[in-house]
Amino acid sequence: MTRWIPLWLHRLSSPPTFYRFAGVVWPWAMGLALVAGAIGLYGGLVLAPPDYQQGDAYRVIFIHVPSAWMSMFIYAVMAVASFVAVVWRIKLAEVVAMQSAPIGAAFTFITLVSGSLWGKPMWGTWWTWDARLTSELVLLFLYLGVIGLYHAFEDRRQGARAAGFLAIIGIINVPIVHFSVNWWNTLHQGSTINFFGSSKIAADMLWPLLVMTLATKLYYVASLCRRARVDLLALEGNKAWVQEVVAPEVTP
Amino acid sequence: MSSSLQAFLAMGGYAAYVWPAYAVFLLVLLGDTLVPTLRRRRIVRELRARLVRQAARQDAAHAAPVAESGAAAAPSRSR
Repeated sequence: MTRWIPLWLHRLSSPPTFYRFAGVVWPWAMGLALVAGAIGLYGGLVLAPPDYQQGDAYRVIFIHVPSAWMSMFIYAVMAVASFVAVVWRIKLAEVVAMQSAPIGAAFTFITLVSGSLWGKPMWGTWWTWDARLTSELVLLFLYLGVIGLYHAFEDRRQGARAAGFLAIIGIINVPIVHFSVNWWNTLHQGSTINFFGSSKIAADMLWPLLVMTLATKLYYVASLCRRARVDLLALEGNKAWVQEVVAPEVTP
Repeated sequence: MSSSLQAFLAMGGYAAYVWPAYAVFLLVLLGDTLVPTLRRRRIVRELRARLVRQAARQDAAHAAPVAESGAAAAPSRSR
């Protein structure tokens, strides 16, 4: 058991193997994400009752909270993959790190915009410089910094290395985002979901939230697989396996 | 339009906040899925063109000694 896991990982890190593996995984992940997303949205928008304080405005939670979790989760994946890439110089780790960045930035953007649209009717303002909002904005800038630094280099692998260092340093911000509502006095509410205690939410509001969380996770897997596949084709354009992949698509 | 659908779309008076939030969520993720689709199309087109060029060059290199005399074949291969 413990012997074959590193061996399997080693095989999987070979670009042609990962290309095929990701090609099998992404349609399933995307399909399940769409199914879970449809169920979660139906549960959140139709089945869940209005909140006794916020009325129907609280329904933003079903996209806001899963997106916020993804913004931090994807950053953690990117930082770990960057660490692996910087230390062991595994090409696939660079690809995973750099292709995660735009997806993470997308979820961070959704978090900020949906939070703003939620904040206006509930707090009376689109934006406030409180700890949670500011640290989440810093997270977006970190993603954009990683993407920008990656593209600033002529040599893609050198760019991935430099951007990887930034991603590793920026991981400091993730616990700051998470604990900001506890460490500082913020306008943002505290955690609704507690995995190690009782959650402050009714069951018919909780399950759509968890299903949406699952949907966003699956979407990330699908999107990362698709982006990594394309990136591997671009990176390994001169290799025989890429020419075999492309050749059937060449019209005779 | 039925009144229950109207009530659903009204979102208890918060339609102007709830629906844009969901629209942003769906549009941003749709955009995210289109990026690799378009990039793949471009990269495959480029790699195909490169393969065709390589094949043409190899054909020319192999065909040259047949089409011309042996002495003329050497410079054409170096091109």
